[in-house]
Amino acid sequence: MSNPQQLRYSKEHEWLSAAEDGVATVGITEHAANALGDVVFVQLPETGATVTAGETCGELESTKSVSDLYSPVTGEVTEVNEDVVNDPSLVNSAPFEGGWLFKVRVAEEPAELLSADEYTAYSAG
Amino acid sequence: MSSTESAEPRRTALDAVHRALGATMTDFAGWDMPLRYGSERDEHRAVRTRAGLFDLSHMGEITVTGPQAAALLDFALVGDLGGVGVGRARYTMICRADGGILDDLIVYRLAETTYMVVANAANAQVVLDALTERAAGFDAEVRDDREAYALLAVQGPESPGILKSLTDADLDGLKYYAGLPGTVAGVSALIARTGYTGEDGFELFVAPDDAEPLWRALTEAGRDAGLVPCGLSCRDTLRLEAGMPLYGHELSTSLTPFDAGLGRVVRFGKEGDFVGREALAEAAARAEQNPPRVLVGLVAEGRRVPRAGYPVVAGGQVIGEVTSGAPSPTLGKPIAMAYVDAAHAAAGTPGVAVDIRGTHEPYEVVALPFYKRRK
Repeated sequence: MSNPQQLRYSKEHEWLSAAEDGVATVGITEHAANALGDVVFVQLPETGATVTAGETCGELESTKSVSDLYSPVTGEVTEVNEDVVNDPSLVNSAPFEGGWLFKVRVAEEPAELLSADEYTAYSAG
Repeated sequence: MSSTESAEPRRTALDAVHRALGATMTDFAGWDMPLRYGSERDEHRAVRTRAGLFDLSHMGEITVTGPQAAALLDFALVGDLGGVGVGRARYTMICRADGGILDDLIVYRLAETTYMVVANAANAQVVLDALTERAAGFDAEVRDDREAYALLAVQGPESPGILKSLTDADLDGLKYYAGLPGTVAGVSALIARTGYTGEDGFELFVAPDDAEPLWRALTEAGRDAGLVPCGLSCRDTLRLEAGMPLYGHELSTSLTPFDAGLGRVVRFGKEGDFVGREALAEAAARAEQNPPRVLVGLVAEGRRVPRAGYPVVAGGQVIGEVTSGAPSPTLGKPIAMAYVDAAHAAAGTPGVAVDIRGTHEPYEVVALPFYKRRK
């Protein structure tokens, strides 16, 4: 599996895109999706809510477990992916694309995110 | 030496096969077992509609032989094992003197004086120790055969056709809960029509060295029928849909078979005394007159999944506890088994919810099982 170079990564296995007009996209990595197994339910923050880097903002349920979703960035949620709410399997089939979770107007640049190569090494360890 | 040093997980004879297939492995009762190979939902659906191939070599086989093998098992277990015909199998339990369940078992009568007891991996040593202790005074031998067998299962509606292409054994004459020795793909096997999926299927007990060739032959024979390798994750959702209990979830030493709604496995009419008889007779009377909690099915109205240990609530009061829960691939909704107070146990009881991490999610009480195959 390969982690896209243009994204940055948290140690909680979320990815964050570069901001466009101040808005960045958040999702979970393929490594995380594989570890969860088939995702059957996602609870995402509401549009307009404020999320804080490193804090829980939702949850992901799979066949065997439930996992907290951590925001990799601080800011206001501008959009959530309704497609993934209706079809959580997108998280497994396209974690870096159609399975994105929500978009954030970035209030504060996160400090401790990993590059693709750093995350690849981290998630292999 | 450090006493906290954790033991290396045991690996089955098919370990290299699982790794080559890219399985996600998990520690299960001290064994490194395949959890899933790809999507557990797809594996589940394959077993319901086509066929799935499982490695169940973690299960614990114990052989009981001798002139008094039947008498020993009738004393040690709650069922009537002497009444099982040669070539047939029986679902039964082993209990403590106080009636608490030590394990649920499948016992195969291989010959007049030979039985094979199959225990859950986590309980195999406990069962072996209990049988050995209870064998005192009987002319019978209890043998640990865990290393003697690998166990493969082929489950699903296509499984008879797949197996027929590899054996001359009379599968049409092999009834559910029966077993016969035979040859499959050139390998000596005990062929049993048993499983834990709610589907038709077979379990094949073979020598560990024969496991890999048999796995490959079954994979090849099942290719056109859509057989896929299946892990323990889908085995759990399959048995849950079929309403089958899992030790450590629905069954434990603090419950008797009557508490678990499985009092039918206790045969008071058999000859002689058996371990737990007195306590179980009391448990039977108690369950009849004043059932404390009843095992029920719950089906979600929403999409959040109940997990083992979550409280079941009604009218703001805790009325029970979830023992197993998962998203059901067949129903398309979360389901659970739970012990609930008898007053709330009837199918359709209104106002029942599961406390899912602080939120009360509405659930419908249903009779078990959730899924029954059409025969």
